[in-house]
Amino acid sequence: MPIKEVGHYSVSYLQILDASGNVDKELEPKISDEDLLALYRGMVMGRAVDQRMLNLQRQGRIGTFAPSTGQEAAHIVPAFLMNDKDWFVGAFRETGARLLRGETITQTLLYYNGFEEGNKRSGNRRILPVSIIVAGQALHAVGIGYAMKYQGEKDTSVICIMGDGATSEGDFHEALNFAGVWNVPVVFIVQNNQWAISLPREKQTSSKTLAQKSIAFDIPGIQVDGNDPLGMYVATKEALERARTGGGPTLIEAVTYRLMMHTTADDPKKYRQDDEVEGWQAKDPLIRFKKYLEDKGLWDEQKEEALQGATKEEIDAGVKAFEEFTELPPEACFDHVFAKMTPELEEQKQDFLKRKGS
Amino acid sequence: MAKLNMVQAINLALETEMAKDESVIVLGEDVGRDEGVFRVTAGLLEKFGESRVIDTPLAESAIIGTSIGMALAGMKPVGEMQFSGFSYLMVHQLEGHASRFRGRSLGEWNVPLVIRMPYGGGVRALEHHSESREGLYSTIPGVKVVIPSTPRNARALLLAAIRDPDPVIFMEPKRSYRAFREEVPEEEEIMEIGKAQIVQEGSDITVIAWGAMMRPAIKAVDEIKEKLGKSVELIDLLTMNPMDGLTVAESVKKTGRCVIVQEAPKTMGIASEVIAQINDRALMYLEAPVKRLTNYDVMTPYFGREMNYVPGQENIYKAIEETLNY
Repeated sequence: MPIKEVGHYSVSYLQILDASGNVDKELEPKISDEDLLALYRGMVMGRAVDQRMLNLQRQGRIGTFAPSTGQEAAHIVPAFLMNDKDWFVGAFRETGARLLRGETITQTLLYYNGFEEGNKRSGNRRILPVSIIVAGQALHAVGIGYAMKYQGEKDTSVICIMGDGATSEGDFHEALNFAGVWNVPVVFIVQNNQWAISLPREKQTSSKTLAQKSIAFDIPGIQVDGNDPLGMYVATKEALERARTGGGPTLIEAVTYRLMMHTTADDPKKYRQDDEVEGWQAKDPLIRFKKYLEDKGLWDEQKEEALQGATKEEIDAGVKAFEEFTELPPEACFDHVFAKMTPELEEQKQDFLKRKGS
Repeated sequence: MAKLNMVQAINLALETEMAKDESVIVLGEDVGRDEGVFRVTAGLLEKFGESRVIDTPLAESAIIGTSIGMALAGMKPVGEMQFSGFSYLMVHQLEGHASRFRGRSLGEWNVPLVIRMPYGGGVRALEHHSESREGLYSTIPGVKVVIPSTPRNARALLLAAIRDPDPVIFMEPKRSYRAFREEVPEEEEIMEIGKAQIVQEGSDITVIAWGAMMRPAIKAVDEIKEKLGKSVELIDLLTMNPMDGLTVAESVKKTGRCVIVQEAPKTMGIASEVIAQINDRALMYLEAPVKRLTNYDVMTPYFGREMNYVPGQENIYKAIEETLNY
């Protein structure tokens, strides 16, 4: 009996704006000038907040955080494409995307200075708090997707962002499996930044791409140049449309690079070479995108200067507001263990207050 | 209402609540077409359809992980771990996320989910099917751990668990699933989570048990009354966390003596916390050391031997007698 081929699969790679910022005219998406500029502003803000946070961290004014410099296209473009009904379920390296979804600079700084208040936001903005556990949030995204479908919400999707390390976790595979079986409106975006702390991508998995992990679950998957904002725009838009119209989940592998450290508590010099970093610096998504805007006649140095100035002002205001939050009550944690305080916790709270002498 | 066994009573609670509230759904391995390996979800698929009774792929972390997402988005998922011995794969979702959403957002998000799981020994099952790990779950702040002991309180507590705004681990003593029947009232009964129940009042000694240990404890207490003429106050703990230390302490203040019966291993178990609660609230009322009658700190043996280790009526009788005579 001859051996039959029962499946044949391929993985596509998408790049529209090349590493030098030259656009492929055939693939170039139609985006309004207004949107292009808003997207650029979002990316510039993400980068600038990251840099300021690094300064604040080095000065001891905030705690540890995970910088996202170099990865702006991979997560800020998807956040930009979301509408108000969509859910954002992220990990911990998407500060710029969170800002674009309505989080404030002040909240971000509060969170990274060790206060849960940073996770509070007024109204339901459908953005879940930072998830530090790797890949755990992917299952939350699938559950939310199920709920949206079950509750009959139309034109809704869930954007779920992870890093390449997440693809080694069981929860990643369980999430993709459930998402496929349940056909839920979730767009999984893996920011493949080449390193999971000190473990290089090649030692993370023997798969040639991370996008091909979608094949096992029979959901669409694509590898995109994650430093190409236009490539990310097209791939995410298509995935969002599929999700919002009942077409189910998608996996996008955004090939990018973490230009800085894993977190501010980590020293990447111990495990990677400077020339590797330099090579990726040349592929910086912001430089590329700026060149594209300049080529279109939408941008020049004067506008750049004005934007940098305005961004700095906005961040200064956010930092100032953050620094005005000095007296946060330490006993807040007792009030939010359960919906209703138990007698035991009430006793413990009183003991705590007595212990600290108030 | 007819007399029901615990499986039927739990099924009744699920059915009632699903009929009443469309946001309540059931998910787990084999809960639909197979109606659950213990038939706890019998008839639900037929009544409520595939979108509300979900036969999930085999993945415990995903059952609770997706339940968390559903709960965050306004639903009331009731997940089933087929056996508590398989639930460890979901512990990181419970500890890392379900228990923390309220705290990490200072009350902005909450996760009203229930995870049901049969636990404990006595049904001659394979390895991993007989452990009592309520102590493990009870160490997690923000998680409620409930254990019914009879059909009637199983229904009343499960209804409360589903309506509870916090994550609840609902551990069902599978040895008691079909062991006996009880009159379950027609009208809806809700028991408060976090409250122990004084099953029988008494003045000479307090006996505390929960889950499958309640049945041998009741028998031992009856025997004590009959043979020694002593008056025993019997408490069913019902909620492991938050523990009702006040009810326990009030009882011990009255009786001055206490025996705790626990199916789980000795060290770091619920009994240890009961003793600590008594120490905090009623130490000076004690006339004898509080005795804990527990399993040993061994891996639960295979079923050929397991019941040798679990406290039974005779051991409980002796423990009470010793404490009375101290």
